[in-house]
Amino acid sequence: MDRRKSIKSILLGGVAGGLALNGCKPDDTTITKEAIAESTQNYFGRTPEELKIIEKINSEQFFNPHEIDAITTLANLILPPDNKGSITEAGVPDFIEFMAKDYPPFQPTLRGGIMWLDHESNSLFNAEFKTATEAQQKQILDTIAYPDIEVPEAERPLQVQFFSLMRNLTLTGYYTSKVGIADLGYKGNQPNVWDGVPEDVLQQHGIAYEEEWLAKCIDQSKRNDVAEWDELGNLLT
Amino acid sequence: MEIIESSKIYDVIIVGSGAGGGMATKILSEAGLKVAIVEAGPYFDPGAPEQQTQLKWPYESPRRGASTVRYFGEYDSAYGGFDIENEPYTNAEGSDFRWFRSRMLGGRTNHWGRISLRFGPLDFKRKSIDGLGDDWPIGYEDVKPYYDKVDKLIGVFGTNEGLPNDPDGFFLPPPKPRLHELFYIKGAKKSNVPVYPSRLSMLTKRINKDRGICFYCGQCSRGCSVHADFSSGTCLIFPAQKSGAQIDLFVNAMVREVTTNDEGKATGVSYINKEDRKEYKLKGKVVVLAASACSSARILLNSKSKQHPNGLGNSSDIVGRYLHDSTGSDRAAFIPDLMNRKTYNEDGTGGMHVYSPWWGDNKKLNFARGYHIEVWGGLGMPSYGFGFNHNQFNDFFGLKVGGYGAGIKDEVKKYYGATVGMAGRGESIPQKNNRCTIDNTKVDEFGIPVLKFDYKWTDNEIQQVRHMHDTFEEIIHNMGGEVLGKKPTKEQNYGIAAPGVIIHEVGTTRMGNDPKTSVVNQHQQLHEVDNVFIVDAGPFVSQADKNPTWTILALSWRTSDYIVEQLKMQNI
Repeated sequence: MDRRKSIKSILLGGVAGGLALNGCKPDDTTITKEAIAESTQNYFGRTPEELKIIEKINSEQFFNPHEIDAITTLANLILPPDNKGSITEAGVPDFIEFMAKDYPPFQPTLRGGIMWLDHESNSLFNAEFKTATEAQQKQILDTIAYPDIEVPEAERPLQVQFFSLMRNLTLTGYYTSKVGIADLGYKGNQPNVWDGVPEDVLQQHGIAYEEEWLAKCIDQSKRNDVAEWDELGNLLT
Repeated sequence: MEIIESSKIYDVIIVGSGAGGGMATKILSEAGLKVAIVEAGPYFDPGAPEQQTQLKWPYESPRRGASTVRYFGEYDSAYGGFDIENEPYTNAEGSDFRWFRSRMLGGRTNHWGRISLRFGPLDFKRKSIDGLGDDWPIGYEDVKPYYDKVDKLIGVFGTNEGLPNDPDGFFLPPPKPRLHELFYIKGAKKSNVPVYPSRLSMLTKRINKDRGICFYCGQCSRGCSVHADFSSGTCLIFPAQKSGAQIDLFVNAMVREVTTNDEGKATGVSYINKEDRKEYKLKGKVVVLAASACSSARILLNSKSKQHPNGLGNSSDIVGRYLHDSTGSDRAAFIPDLMNRKTYNEDGTGGMHVYSPWWGDNKKLNFARGYHIEVWGGLGMPSYGFGFNHNQFNDFFGLKVGGYGAGIKDEVKKYYGATVGMAGRGESIPQKNNRCTIDNTKVDEFGIPVLKFDYKWTDNEIQQVRHMHDTFEEIIHNMGGEVLGKKPTKEQNYGIAAPGVIIHEVGTTRMGNDPKTSVVNQHQQLHEVDNVFIVDAGPFVSQADKNPTWTILALSWRTSDYIVEQLKMQNI
């Protein structure tokens, strides 16, 4: 529908009809396409209240530079960079900084875990985690990276919970990024016409469509023909 | 403070703009009536650039789609959730009802699963079959013509299968099943559970020149920018506005009560304008409540006057009673045969392409009524949570779980798309004591007394959900899969979702012929006040093992026709 008309009817809102019509600004239609495009790009459909939350979070800093270094070091060990992409390209440290503020229960685990890493590294190697050698870092990680899955997560030692959380956030951060999505090979999120599983995929997985079922499905060459039925509900078009 | 009163007198004031309110708006306004819609939330159009979330990438958000702000994830289109700041509700001791509200034009039709199932002939007459609950005062034959019209007006894909309690309709052709759905079909058939193409209100084919056709992004829960799925705004209210009907749309307007005159008849509504926090009044000849089962009950209970001391239409003390939600429980599985997948665009429509309607014979079972099974899985778009416990399935192969380093990427790809899930959604037995009342000790931020819930499942529902898990496990086994998670125990009530969580709450203003045991008559008209109607799911006598929306739409249309006729005859 015409968006200008809909904006007009929005402004009726809240106030009794007669009053509102007079108060309706005539100039709402001057919102330029550029402005909309810009807000879309920046705000991905946020309401004004949601935008404020994001702006508030972005105005604060939770981790200090030393902690960010530790997060970056650890995330690079969890998912080492390769020719498909890196955690840095994926914006993983920024994402973890954001989530720590967006979901405060993460804070003690993340901050406490980083301190545990440094303490362990100082005790064993007399060096902060980020400056220890890769072999030393891995020696520490090997003690916390393989949880006993028989034990419920909340009952595992904090450093084990910390590592699991860091790995989860690192993987989510990577695979929800542009490089990560390309690396994974996800092909959707774009207009297309679904017409069934490719034949070679069916063969690979040893399964096939039943003819009887396919006969019920949409003939995509007719998707643009306006639907008409007989009185029994049989589709004619 | 003086209440600000509009001098305009509407033919009809409609409270709420979801499925019921949208349909009433369309039918009543196109019949030439002057209509006001009063909606508690803001304007919403999923195609408006500043509101659109469809086709956004996870990396466009700093939280990558996490659900910290919106309950179903950041790109879901529901403005609201189970908990809304400064709009509380309470529960009686031992009750844990959860109440989902979407405050926006179109209400919950913006994010719902679009599962569009007609109730069948048996669903209107359950008491006659098993002696539990009550029969509806109407039958399938009364609603069928409206279901037919809704199918054609809005569009729903599905197939005519000639099933006894899952009626045929006017369907668009369904999409082909996805890979995991082929595995589900195989496993379910082996378990003697029937599977059919699902019935979802999405346009796989053009139905008119105004709405677009589905382009298979799988994101209906975000709302469709080309209006190819059903939502009340895009399919009912916008077209009615466009047709030049007389509609005044009030948004951010929270209705407090229905106002009445000395004769006890409704004169309009009073509402709080959220922007200036002042109280306003609208006058109308007819008031149609479509605020959702619980919100409409709340408005009636808060509409106390000399003529209606127990709340509007409530001298029977039935308003708020017989509240019931669908039963629900979910399970997931790992399917080794779905490992190492070649990737391709498998988004399809939002939700499942196949489903299992209820197949059982309750005479052989230890519970009443049935459930349907929904299926999910596939090569979905990564969002917050993707990669969590990336190699938990290693356990099935005797491999270590956890780790780090270069091998992780291979593990992620190996398991991508190898998980499927099932959800059972079933029919509960309405109970007189499951109810919502007004909690006089609390108000929301608009000063309106809030609801207090008191709801307990009975053994019928709990045994039904236990049966769901037995069925899920058998199907998963027959798909060649491994069940994830432990089977819920008796102490966990076999994993039944808390009441309200399935978001099919109905029954608070139920329909019937007897004013002592029901709130509205078969035309959804208050027994006690003939110019007030209810067109949400409040009037449902029972909920069936279906989703309520298609029946809300059909009944709202039927009631709207009745209102037009009654106004013409000057009966109201």
